[in-house]
Amino acid sequence: MDKLKRVPIKEQDPSVRVNNFDEVCLGYTLDEAKEEASRCIQCKNPRCVEGCPVSINIPGFINEIVKGDIEEAFNVISKYSALPAICGRVCPQETQCEERCIRGIKGEAVAIGKLERFVADWARENNIAPKPPKEKNGIKVAVIGSGPAGLTCAKDLAELGYDVTVFEALHEPGGVLVYGIPEFRLPKEEVVKPEIENLRALGVKIETNVIIGKSVTIDELMEEEGFEAVFIGSGAGLPNFMGIPGENANGVFSANEYLTRSNLMKAFDSNYDTPIITGKKVAVVGGGNVAMDAARTALRLGADVTIVYRRSEKELPARVEEVHHAKEEGIHFMFLTNPKEILVDENGWVKGMRCVKMELGEEDQSGRRRPVEVENSDFIIEVDTVIMSLGTRPNPLISSTTHGLETNRRGCIIVDEETGQTSREGVFAGGDAVTGSATVIQAMGAGKKAAKAIHEYLLAKKR
Amino acid sequence: MSKDYTYVITRKEKLAESIYLMDIKAPRVAAHCYPGQFVILKIDEKGERIPLTICDYDRDNGIVTIVFQALGHSTKLMAEYEVGEAFRDFTGPLGKKSELIDMPREELSKKKVLFVAGGVGAAPVYPQVKWMKENGYEPDCIIGARSKDFVILEDQIRQYANNLYITTDDGSYGMKGNVNDAIRHLVQEKGKHYDIVVAIGPMIMMKFVSLLTKELNIKTIVSMNPIMVDGTGMCGACRLTVGNEIKFACVDGPEFDGHLVNFDEAMKRLSMYKTKEGKKILREKEGETHHHKDCQIHKE
Repeated sequence: MDKLKRVPIKEQDPSVRVNNFDEVCLGYTLDEAKEEASRCIQCKNPRCVEGCPVSINIPGFINEIVKGDIEEAFNVISKYSALPAICGRVCPQETQCEERCIRGIKGEAVAIGKLERFVADWARENNIAPKPPKEKNGIKVAVIGSGPAGLTCAKDLAELGYDVTVFEALHEPGGVLVYGIPEFRLPKEEVVKPEIENLRALGVKIETNVIIGKSVTIDELMEEEGFEAVFIGSGAGLPNFMGIPGENANGVFSANEYLTRSNLMKAFDSNYDTPIITGKKVAVVGGGNVAMDAARTALRLGADVTIVYRRSEKELPARVEEVHHAKEEGIHFMFLTNPKEILVDENGWVKGMRCVKMELGEEDQSGRRRPVEVENSDFIIEVDTVIMSLGTRPNPLISSTTHGLETNRRGCIIVDEETGQTSREGVFAGGDAVTGSATVIQAMGAGKKAAKAIHEYLLAKKR
Repeated sequence: MSKDYTYVITRKEKLAESIYLMDIKAPRVAAHCYPGQFVILKIDEKGERIPLTICDYDRDNGIVTIVFQALGHSTKLMAEYEVGEAFRDFTGPLGKKSELIDMPREELSKKKVLFVAGGVGAAPVYPQVKWMKENGYEPDCIIGARSKDFVILEDQIRQYANNLYITTDDGSYGMKGNVNDAIRHLVQEKGKHYDIVVAIGPMIMMKFVSLLTKELNIKTIVSMNPIMVDGTGMCGACRLTVGNEIKFACVDGPEFDGHLVNFDEAMKRLSMYKTKEGKKILREKEGETHHHKDCQIHKE
């Protein structure tokens, strides 16, 4: 074999997968995983670990794969991560662990994400789950939000013996893992549910349909229901719109709405009651992972889809793998283009979109070249559906109903970076609620840090 | 199937043809809800999320009362459920409480309030009228319906309203005509003075009440009922134009200034998911409880 190249992974053929919602990437077999694992040179000072927000002992678990002891590989990962089957699938490894892999200097980095996924899938198929703690300390901690940050924090606290209850506003736990990321990237029944069941096996209670700030407040949880600490992992779920004319027309959706209908409510499956509008010609405005997810969902529902992005291909914030998959599936890309107006027919439906050409100007504060409109470059594209994927903001519901909880101008909760401690004693926060929209694994890293800080806070309090 | 679910039905009453009242055991919602707010109900695993206004609540017993009209697939299915059975999901309270409740007491005591309920709109009007009376205010109320058989919650509202007026389109009960005829009658002929009108009912009715009260120069609060998915502000399905701003009815409302709402846009958005079959059902059923022939959903 060529040690410079990673073992190829099987994927559904593009011409087949555009007609279904089944997972695109099919994963490694045991032999393939062993072969890929053997490419790891077991560095003494593994840089890959530094690139992982939850610092998984990567050479450690890979070494177990080489030995063929997959159960032990799972035990190694489980010390660090609550959601390996999920992270192995959705982490942007190319900018994290794999970016720093020594193998990547001369050839291709070791496929760490795919190996993590293999181990987690193998453990699930062989009914191997993390073991509940022997001793419970009876101290109640509330976790708000059951996305990646909350689930990770809950797992670590449960393993330390705490009596953890997770409160979730929607009817299913998982946050963006269930409403945002589509089936074809992250299967819900097969992957997300069992991972959440593993948490229940650790003794974590999950209460769905509870909207903190409405159904009950943090103050009440602490003063009346006996919770001694709270972790807020409520995410950044509020969609942005552009504020252009025609944006309220029928056929204009936020990516959140479109994806929630399809993923959480399973509108793509005719056995479920929630409807979705497919559209024949769909424009998705934006260039992040959410835009790719929305575009590929619309495509699978039968539409001809174009991504409209105001910068050039180089600046696309979406993962390279996602852009590659989108292109393979036949999604069109219109770069350096920005919508100015949504054109509406007499019945209130979208009939087109007036766009303007852009060119890249000087670098902005984030180091990206700022797109500037090209004068008199207006043109019209014919579309019947527009999906706005312009990023999200944190929901103000919790901060506005919790006494003494400070937020910044963007509505993000202000915390101590090391501990996740907020301005309110006993209340910690992490994930998108603090940073604004970021990645699954960053949220997990924040949940992990906060669990440690909550443990230390409660130990100090008892003394 | 439904016996495994959490939110048990403890009472069910048929209020009128295809209009039902249910008490649901939901202690967290009951403990925190106020008039003006709503809940989201999901019947079972495969169900959709349905927004329903809160009609009443019993904090001590953890009960929330809802009223719904069996119109589409989901509400018809709901109507088949009986006492002792349960729904899978029931969440809330959602939205802001009624504007009147948050108004300074001294200010509210100087206001003469008229509630205008159209059809099933009597359900969300009832807890507001009740709250006002229990807090020492004396609101008047108009209930408008297609005919006598569709007047709901009359006795309950009468218990708390200072004056209750009833109108029916066909004149089979109370005054003949629509709610606007009644408002004109009270204000222009009987010389009644109102500072605030709270109008809740089908969008078309709220639109025409708002047009009239603008003419009469009476502040008007409406409760909007657009399409919703999550009900917590994360998707924008329920967005409306109010004044020149985009608002999400689920978190910024559902109550808004009726003189600022773009009703025509809201009604077009409401028809977004009406399939040909759905339109047919609507023409046959809901059409009867509407008061105006210009209603969007009557067209085509």
